[in-house]
Amino acid sequence: MNRRSYLQMAGLSGLGAALSACGVKGQGSPAASAPAAGEVAKFWAGRTSNGTVNFANWPLYMADGHPQLKKFTEATGVQVRYQEVIQEMGPWFAKVQPQLKAGQDIGYDLMVITNGIQFKQFKDAGYLAPLDHSKLSNYAANAGPAYTQETFDPGNVYSVPWTSGITGIAYDQARTGRPITKLADLWDPAFKGKVGMFADTQELGNFAMLALGIAPGRSTPEDWKKAAAKLKEQKNKGLVRSYYEQNYVDALGKGEVWITQAWSGDIFQKNVSDGTDLTFVIPEDGGTIWTDNFAIPVTARNPLDAIKLIDYFYQVDVAASLAEYINFVCPVPGAQDRIAQDAAKDASLRAVAQSPLVFPGPADYAKLHYYREFATTAEHQEYQAIFEPIVLG
Amino acid sequence: MRRRLTPYLLILPGGLWLLLFFVVPMVTMLSLSLQEGDVVSGYVLTGHWQTYVDAIAAYRTQLARSLIYGAIATLVLIAAAFPVAYWIAFHGGRRKATYLFLLLLPFFVSFVLRTISWRYILTDEGLLLGPLKDAGLLPPGFHVLGTPVAVIGGLIYNFLPFMVLPIYVALERIDPRVVEAARDLYAAPLVTFAKVVFPLALPGVFAGVLMTFVPASSDYVNSAVLGSSSTTMIGQVIQSQYLVSSNYPTASALSFTLMAVLLIGVFAYARALGTDAVMRVSER
Repeated sequence: MNRRSYLQMAGLSGLGAALSACGVKGQGSPAASAPAAGEVAKFWAGRTSNGTVNFANWPLYMADGHPQLKKFTEATGVQVRYQEVIQEMGPWFAKVQPQLKAGQDIGYDLMVITNGIQFKQFKDAGYLAPLDHSKLSNYAANAGPAYTQETFDPGNVYSVPWTSGITGIAYDQARTGRPITKLADLWDPAFKGKVGMFADTQELGNFAMLALGIAPGRSTPEDWKKAAAKLKEQKNKGLVRSYYEQNYVDALGKGEVWITQAWSGDIFQKNVSDGTDLTFVIPEDGGTIWTDNFAIPVTARNPLDAIKLIDYFYQVDVAASLAEYINFVCPVPGAQDRIAQDAAKDASLRAVAQSPLVFPGPADYAKLHYYREFATTAEHQEYQAIFEPIVLG
Repeated sequence: MRRRLTPYLLILPGGLWLLLFFVVPMVTMLSLSLQEGDVVSGYVLTGHWQTYVDAIAAYRTQLARSLIYGAIATLVLIAAAFPVAYWIAFHGGRRKATYLFLLLLPFFVSFVLRTISWRYILTDEGLLLGPLKDAGLLPPGFHVLGTPVAVIGGLIYNFLPFMVLPIYVALERIDPRVVEAARDLYAAPLVTFAKVVFPLALPGVFAGVLMTFVPASSDYVNSAVLGSSSTTMIGQVIQSQYLVSSNYPTASALSFTLMAVLLIGVFAYARALGTDAVMRVSER
């Protein structure tokens, strides 16, 4: 054996060792939902307030200057470092997952995460701290009943809502030439090449299922295939301009699309900020409702301050001032009266207080569907495999 | 002793850097591509090569599309960049440095921003198409965004300097007396170009192709910003597999497949061009 071949051998075995060393280990057991009462006590035992919270949130989820946080600091002395670092759930999960897996602090004590696939991954992997509800008295008193029993986290063991939102249809009536009322309008040949759909496979699949009269929350793999066929038909006929992420608002504003899947608060904010005249509707045959939730990473350094901040946002006046700015669905029904009082001083708020998109009534809730919860990763992967080829054509 | 160690010491900083940020991630990724499992319960190395087969079968269209877009962009770039480089090298005079600086000036703005600004120009009723449609020169439904033309156009725009600079360097090194000699020997200008200037510039073209074809084929920003679902490139698929589906093995397998295809392509190209041209590049 000469020197070179020896080196080659050494290199190869080194590579093999390295290969086997970097397996990605998982944590926790899947589907560990409700923890034993002891777990809550164990997590919270001996925690003390450190006077600071690092809060990770999405952009455009709080007014400039963060007035609510300033008041919180005045009232409690706890400083809040607020960062708009979450843009999409997938990348956020991918970013913090290695640190959480290693049991390290991710630099945030509080984060806002959407129900859905990554929420389940956070929860199942044991990355979320169980909440101590004895510290959430405002939440207990003021949260709307619909928000205390959502299927992705029954009993709010790991999360409480920050805000909810509705997925419906937004359109520009100057271009469509007629009001849009139902899901079938997304399949109308008159809008060929001017229809926008969401790239998110759950949002996309949900609308096709609803158009077929299937409730997404109870759908089966057979339903998914039918929905995918309907979406392929829409795509192959050239109806769909593109599958969008957050950029759909821009495309709608510029007239690239005339009618698109949309998130409720975005359209309100676009009209206010750019003076556009776009309309958002919940289709009469159904839309979906999702929830962005407060959650405390299990490795948080300041969980006690974080839970204090969560509960602060459930004060009626704080919830009201937040809804006045973001215009997504407010989980505190009592805030409606408060906004109506504020509207006496500021007429522009009257629309907010009366908006069914901020305070949906029973008739609106009846039209809104929840997401499909995937019991296993295999089920989720099956779903992805059916809908992904449509988006990644 | 000291003298013998010097080359190793010199290579140490760069070598360590590459080891840490290139070799280690590569090995990790190769390992990931052969693992099975999911994010929650973890991945286990099983040597599951089937992932490659499945990934290529599922995304062969996007893989082929990326190579075709990359190739078209590269060919257009050669045609567009050569005259620019030629003019600066032979007719730039004292202002050569200024012209090169102007060429690089857009690079002082983030390339994502520059690509997004293309949307404003190309959008359906924007700066370019709006007036043409109003004048009745284009049908109202006509659009550029979302088509392969927009994506390839974005690639060409973003990679232009990477083609101009190496060709310029090659042309700049040509001894003007060689060109004069060709003329003295009664070669027509076109013949001079074809038989003297172009062959001497080939190493530059080769370097330019390497610097544009490889990143252009694996690019995902241009397609994401300017394209639509019918222009999806392999980079977008990899990004989506990794960040949206948390399907790390498939994302890694696709990355390696792309790398293998590009490496084979580059070596085949070097072979066809003759190793001489490649060696001259590496001499510089």
